[in-house]
Amino acid sequence: MIPSIPQSRSFRLAYGGYVLLFFVYLALPLTVVAVFAFNDSQFPSLPWEGFTWNWFFGSERPQIGVFHERGILRAVGTSAFVALCVAVLSVAVGTSNAFLFNRYEFRGKGLLYVLMLLPLVIPGIVLGISILVFSSTLANGLWDLAQMDIQALRPGLLLVVLGQFSFITTIATLVISARLQKFDRTLEEAALNLGADRLTAVRTITLPFLAPAMIGAVVVAFLMSFENFNTTLMLVGSDAPLTIAMFDRLKEGSTPLLNAVSLLLMLGSSLLALLVILFQRKP
Amino acid sequence: MTPDLECADLVKQFGETTAVDNVSFSVPPGSFFSILGPSGCGKTTIMRMIAGFLDPTSGDIRIKGGSVLDTPPNKRPVNMVFQHLALFPMMTIAENIGYGLRRRGMAKPDIARKVDEALDRIGLPGIGTRKVDELSGGQKQRVAIARCMVLEPDVLLLDEPLGALDLKLREHMKVELKALQAAFDTTFVYITHDQSEALVMSDQVAVMNDGRFEQIGTGQDLYYRPDTPFVAGFIGDSNRWKGRIERSEAGTVQLRTDTGLAMRASGADLAEGTAAEIYVRPEAIRIAATAEALSTFDNQLKGTVTSLLFNGAASRVLVQDDVGETLEVTLPQSGEFASLQRGDTVHIGWGATQATCFGAG
Amino acid sequence: MRSQSRIAFYLLLTPLVLWLGLLIIIPHIDMLLISLRERISFGVYETSLTQYEKALTEPLYLRTFARTAVMSVLATAITLLIAFPVAYYIAKMAKGRLQQVLFMLCLIPFYVSELVRTFGWMILLRETGIISNLLQWTGLADQPVELLYTDATMMVGLVYTSMLFMVVPLVTTLESLDDSVVEAGYDLGGNGLSVLREIIIPHAMPGIVSGCIVVFMLSLGNYLTPTMLGGKDSLWFTEMIYNQFIVRSNWELGAAFGFMLLLLSSVIVWGMLRLTGRTLKETMG
Repeated sequence: MIPSIPQSRSFRLAYGGYVLLFFVYLALPLTVVAVFAFNDSQFPSLPWEGFTWNWFFGSERPQIGVFHERGILRAVGTSAFVALCVAVLSVAVGTSNAFLFNRYEFRGKGLLYVLMLLPLVIPGIVLGISILVFSSTLANGLWDLAQMDIQALRPGLLLVVLGQFSFITTIATLVISARLQKFDRTLEEAALNLGADRLTAVRTITLPFLAPAMIGAVVVAFLMSFENFNTTLMLVGSDAPLTIAMFDRLKEGSTPLLNAVSLLLMLGSSLLALLVILFQRKP
Repeated sequence: MTPDLECADLVKQFGETTAVDNVSFSVPPGSFFSILGPSGCGKTTIMRMIAGFLDPTSGDIRIKGGSVLDTPPNKRPVNMVFQHLALFPMMTIAENIGYGLRRRGMAKPDIARKVDEALDRIGLPGIGTRKVDELSGGQKQRVAIARCMVLEPDVLLLDEPLGALDLKLREHMKVELKALQAAFDTTFVYITHDQSEALVMSDQVAVMNDGRFEQIGTGQDLYYRPDTPFVAGFIGDSNRWKGRIERSEAGTVQLRTDTGLAMRASGADLAEGTAAEIYVRPEAIRIAATAEALSTFDNQLKGTVTSLLFNGAASRVLVQDDVGETLEVTLPQSGEFASLQRGDTVHIGWGATQATCFGAG
Repeated sequence: MRSQSRIAFYLLLTPLVLWLGLLIIIPHIDMLLISLRERISFGVYETSLTQYEKALTEPLYLRTFARTAVMSVLATAITLLIAFPVAYYIAKMAKGRLQQVLFMLCLIPFYVSELVRTFGWMILLRETGIISNLLQWTGLADQPVELLYTDATMMVGLVYTSMLFMVVPLVTTLESLDDSVVEAGYDLGGNGLSVLREIIIPHAMPGIVSGCIVVFMLSLGNYLTPTMLGGKDSLWFTEMIYNQFIVRSNWELGAAFGFMLLLLSSVIVWGMLRLTGRTLKETMG
């Protein structure tokens, strides 16, 4: 079943057909979402009422486009802010973790490594509620102790950031560790030999080597945060990120406005993904 | 006797390039046949066509007289030892060797017995339960051969199986492979780019270049009587000159090199005035302290030692003659030249039959 | 360790410990404690197993729990069956450019939010959706067909959502299978089926295990797909957690549910690792 093994024509056709069908299955939902963003109707469904840009640029009821819909725009801003915080935090901690696991031998390293992987096998919703429970225990404790009410510990953006950070950091650590493992330690030794101190050697030699992985991790973290739903759902306060805002609207019944937002999301994330690929292909 | 393997006018094209260009050969039963050539010459393509992993563009492959072109690879009576052996890492040694027997639906106790026999035969009894990566390179080699031999194939194909071994082990495995072939009494077709492997083990060697067979013959044929300049240059080392024929009679030619050296050589009928290439092996040149000692040789020169290349039994000296040309000469190990030094004047000579001459197109 | 190196070590250790301690370990311990208490009156709590007792005796809870587990296993199996041939095609049959393009095509849908993907399925499958219209147009149905809100629909959504996490590890392990090993299998007399069973699948086992673990986790913890595509009377366990926490504000019971979900996923992941003799580190790292 590799090209060098002769196969009957019908088998090859059937196999090729299956793979084609699979990709149709993959593309189908995204395609309809994209196409109905241009339907000149109140509903993202048949019949097709004609082509319109209104769901992007329209400014009058009933067809208010994405770029004039304050609720959506604010949610995008919230999401972007959260995603940026999560990306920066998780890549910073992830880099530190990668160095720790790659460069040091210490007691309990194996255990810590397994603990580090755990967030990947904890359902997102459980991560969300555990953080919710703990932060409210903290807040209540502080209130009982000192009559202080820390709003930040109540559901809201800080908790959303922390909740997403708690599992995205694992992914950032893995991505950066993988690259650090490929690093040739003698390069750093050469830098030391040529008169650099330890920190300078890391800064001038190791970090530039890690840069592609770190940038990749930033983008992956950003996208994962942007599209996260489960953890966010449990921790969200009054400022809803985009996925939550869209979910609320979807429950009420959808208009092609949601298609337009979705299409923009698709374009945005493909563009980001493409940028990373282009960046990493550059030697 | 029907040959075990016969390829007739075999051609394989990949798009515009012709990887195998009209190759024909036949391998008699029980012999060790090697295809020797530089990498990219098309030898792997031939082997993969015989195994059934590639379809020839034209031509025929016959095993024991019958064409196998329509037989899929898993039904062909040939087995292959892959370049990197392709032992199945997910199985034990015994499971590896028994794999083909299981495919034939042989009963379990019979398989176990056959596997044990095969392990005995390759001198590794009792390792059946081990994992592939617990074996050394040489052991893996033998297991890969045993895995094929339990199926009693008509022809065993070996695709540079010694390439990954270190030098010492490779030397050892050459002898062992030859012994295994004799023990199993099976036809081996071996491909390699290492001439020593081919020469040591084979009954017949085909030298391949650029998709074509240059010459098929025994090791001696190739070494002493190369048919083409490529074979002369590829097998062993040579001193080479380009020149022009001055006289030609009865298989011997007299010629002058481009640097002005007069020389007698043996060569096919080459007309006077044609351009020619001359090959003389370093080990065919005799070295002496005086010109008298070389009086029986057709070609004689006086020169200065410019460099001593000590390499044990294969030690050589570089000798520069009066016109400034450098020749490589093998140093006899009988002791008389032990004190030879750079700058010494020496006499060298060789017979016309030791100098092979080809017309240069 | 020299003192400079020791300082660096502690500097690197601190963020890791803070992260794991404050965001993973302590919150889970706190959640466990909450799930183990019973509210007697306002502000007065007692330690007890009441929540778990409730969860294990109320048929609705128990049925939802079992249903979620079984459906997740089923979704994992279906995803594996669909993904394997595709991953094999990408890893071993497609070459060069085509291989890269197909792999990229597999990744693209997953850069898009799960919400968008689910929304796409709603547009396709609802009563006024594309498929319903298509069926009417071809004459296979004479009135609008509601395809949403069934278990089958939910399964389509779950499989779709997790596909990437199966395809990628499978492609990665299958790519590392040397062509000559497959050829050797054929050369020694094997046919497609026996080579698949004895060579390809054993080789792909690490990828199969890690793919299955991730897909199972994602299905088990999924909230959107069951809510949007599943039937009204077919609850998913995550929905019950959400309801207890957000709608009923019964955190004690919700925490107990959360722990049950965590326990279930741990047991299944552990069982799968155990069955194949692998460690979490090999599989995830």
